[in-house]
Amino acid sequence: MNSVMDQTTEATPEQIRDKKLYQSMGLTDHEYGLIKDDVLHRLPNYTEVGLFSGMWSEHCSYKNSKPVLKKFFTKGKHVVKGPGEGAGIIDIGDNQGVVFKAESHNHPSAVEPFQGATTGVGGILRDIFSMGARPIASMDSLRFAEPKTDADKYFIQQIIAGISAYGNCIGIPTVGGDTAFDDAYAHNPLINVMSVGLMDLDKIEVGAAAGVGNSIIYVGHKTGRDGINGASFASFQFDSEHESQRSAVQVGDPFEEKLVMEGCLDVINNHSDALVGIQDMGAAGLVSSSAEMGSKAGGNGMALNLDLVPQREAGMSAFELMLSESQERMLLCVKAGQEDEVLNVFKDHGVNAVVIGHVTEGHNYKLLHHGKVVADVPVDSLASQAPVYHRESAVPEHLKNADSKQYQPQISNPTETLKEMLGQLTIASKESIYETYDTQVQTNTVVAPGSDAAVVRVRHHDKALAITTDVNGRYLYLNPRVGGTMAVAEAARNIVASGAVPLGITDCLNFGNPEKPDQFYELDQAVMGMSEACEKFEAPVISGNVSLNNEYDNVPIYPTPMVGMVGLIKGLEHITTQDFKQAGDLVYVVGKTEAGFNGSQIQKMQTGEIAGKLFDFDLDYEVKIQKLVTEAIQHLLLNSAHDISEGGLITAIAESTFGNQLGVDLASELSVADFFSESQSRFIVSVPQEKQAEFEQLVGNDAQKLGKVVDDNHLFVQANDGYFDLDVDKALGIWKGALPCRLK
Amino acid sequence: MKFAVLAFPGSNCEMDLYNAIKDIIKEDVELVSYKNDSLAGFDAVLIPGGFSYGDYLRSGAIARFSPIIPALQEFAKSGRPVLGICNGFQILTEAGLLPGSLQKNVSAKFICKTEPLVVNSNKSMFSSAYQAGQLISLPIAHGDGNYYCDQDTLRELVTNDQIVFKYANNPNGSIDNIAGIINKAGNVLGMMPHPERAVEAVLGSDDGKGVFQSIVNHIKSRGVIYE
Repeated sequence: MNSVMDQTTEATPEQIRDKKLYQSMGLTDHEYGLIKDDVLHRLPNYTEVGLFSGMWSEHCSYKNSKPVLKKFFTKGKHVVKGPGEGAGIIDIGDNQGVVFKAESHNHPSAVEPFQGATTGVGGILRDIFSMGARPIASMDSLRFAEPKTDADKYFIQQIIAGISAYGNCIGIPTVGGDTAFDDAYAHNPLINVMSVGLMDLDKIEVGAAAGVGNSIIYVGHKTGRDGINGASFASFQFDSEHESQRSAVQVGDPFEEKLVMEGCLDVINNHSDALVGIQDMGAAGLVSSSAEMGSKAGGNGMALNLDLVPQREAGMSAFELMLSESQERMLLCVKAGQEDEVLNVFKDHGVNAVVIGHVTEGHNYKLLHHGKVVADVPVDSLASQAPVYHRESAVPEHLKNADSKQYQPQISNPTETLKEMLGQLTIASKESIYETYDTQVQTNTVVAPGSDAAVVRVRHHDKALAITTDVNGRYLYLNPRVGGTMAVAEAARNIVASGAVPLGITDCLNFGNPEKPDQFYELDQAVMGMSEACEKFEAPVISGNVSLNNEYDNVPIYPTPMVGMVGLIKGLEHITTQDFKQAGDLVYVVGKTEAGFNGSQIQKMQTGEIAGKLFDFDLDYEVKIQKLVTEAIQHLLLNSAHDISEGGLITAIAESTFGNQLGVDLASELSVADFFSESQSRFIVSVPQEKQAEFEQLVGNDAQKLGKVVDDNHLFVQANDGYFDLDVDKALGIWKGALPCRLK
Repeated sequence: MKFAVLAFPGSNCEMDLYNAIKDIIKEDVELVSYKNDSLAGFDAVLIPGGFSYGDYLRSGAIARFSPIIPALQEFAKSGRPVLGICNGFQILTEAGLLPGSLQKNVSAKFICKTEPLVVNSNKSMFSSAYQAGQLISLPIAHGDGNYYCDQDTLRELVTNDQIVFKYANNPNGSIDNIAGIINKAGNVLGMMPHPERAVEAVLGSDDGKGVFQSIVNHIKSRGVIYE
């Protein structure tokens, strides 16, 4: 694809057909045939092929994932808006809605890490404020290979710098996330960002353009030649022969986004009578936003005059203008006669805004450029009539004869094994990452990064939102269905540990190539597993994003459906963190410990691989345990609660001692190896002595007392075949020092 | 008494300051656009943190040319309190209301965390609510917080007791651990840490209330006699 090709040198419709030029834009022979024979009944011109290639890309059309996404549990009595709009909305009472969505920016970041990350943050924020919500918090979920070379370290630092630069500047706190390291992500790092917004429910906006004669207004940055056809690019897979595709990456400007955001929220809040619809210009830029807006309204067409589109450089072709993914742009539909009212709002905010077209009679999407019609296609054909593929599914080879025996950890010196575990990058503190994020701006952050879930209060109300992102791709690699269920369960555990009750989830489905049956199997199974858990936790999927083709030289990443969950805390006194609070408190493990070693951090640490059959998981038991902990928190029986996940019970105990540098004196019937098991459905909690009876009555046999919090800065845990014995500050030093040391 | 909170394009802590004054300090407060050219009717002016004009040229360098700045300079000349926090501090140095400048942190990274500070002087109208030498915790959140001035200026700052806050563990490389300074007249304070983020225990610390309380005490003790 020649992105600087102007109209005079564009291929003719016949050349496109004869030389199959559509293929280089990402369309298959079959898809080109559909456009030609079923949609247009003529040869599409260059611009039209471009429009279809963007709109029919996986990124915009979900053509490979649609049948799978239909399996998601999306209902719930508090769901105001489910998947389909920019972001979903859940009612949290008091006429307030929480809006959230996640987005992946894996491909752009792989090519240009800093800008890939910044524009990932910018894009998800636009999805939130286009609903009429003010963004109140962002999260990031990152997967990298273990850093080995200087290039690896540079890459990771640039991703973090990009997130930091954008979020800090625009003034939306990045309150948490999760970061894990595994060489499965060596050529396909995952950069997923989630944003959460708050809105008054009487101010919902939708991305629809209706009413003949109404105006289409372009808002924000000028259109340039950055990110041309990025949506189609994002849907390709990488290989070692195509390393450099930097021209397909966009460049972010958080200052402009801040102005655009304030302008849009001003229009939504104070000029809603003039506004018909509003939509972000994200993937596939102007064509995607306008075609979706036109299609959703139904019953009308749209005409745009591309000469009116603000342009950063001269001589841009219609193809480039429509497919550019220049950032910080929005599209509005405004009632005829009220354009000036809206244009003046943006002028006041220092933002470019201009009328570029109108809603028209009929159903056609028509583009004018230099006085000529350069595209004329049915609007629905772009936005909602992309082909849908029901892909073949087959069990991957590595699952067929998996060893059902659980890995047995080799431990001769438990304390040394614990020290080694605390220094694993996936386990180690991520402080050196999150301290470069402004976590506190907007002054609502009650629990900053470092605990199970971030907690952001809702100002002027006695309530707060808990937010977490989770998924362990290793579990899904061994069993995509159960691993998918576990991803949602762990997110819920983090939400519950913070004192909240799950409200719903968003997701980024990061998978391999759907055209390969064994990789499609992973996507299909994972979604079923996730959906099952969502239904059990009454946490519907309200939005999400799909990132397929994460494979390199035919090797896919671990299936990694990032789960972003939001929970509601009714009453700020229920907010709970993972840190032990005072000496004398009793320490309990809630939930039973079983052999959970295949897929675990200790298996990876000791053998260098992830193998065997994933350990068992009982979703009903998980729900039961989570309800117990919620009840204990709501009865104010707990001083701390911490989810037990990667690294097992001993890691969770150590992490609980770090915040206030308190020690523990504990004993258990478990073996030393059991302390590294990652079996699910468990929490480590601390209970003030005066609440002991009440707590024990509540939990019955579902919790075991391990001992006490002590104030001598010493961690001592007696197992049935050995003991862990370590100074807390020494453990803390290893845990905090590992990541900065490896990124130096 | 009435506070003004200035808002520049790209400011992002203006609502945090506004809320702190309104909800916690419980005084009158109004947002004032950078486009205004008057600060009549206000007893104190607060300049918020953020990234005015994206901080693209140099932190605070473009905001310094806003229409409101001459009015701010007038206001400062009248002796009434002016407090610039973070980007507000940067704007004050760019506008020539405070000496020195804020450079990139020595780590070259943005840092956000709660830092221990020493109240180096409690004689200012911004710190009278603290004890001299008191250790307080305030959040910092900046990439360009490394205060620098030449040796003559530093000597002057020390001699005139203009260094109000110092870092206990210098996080950004500031000369003499400086976290906040006042002008010679004593009515303009610039500080990198965010007192407005530390006015409620639920958010981790309320050590920042003293800064605003000091301003209120100063204004109320002398009565509103300006203008």
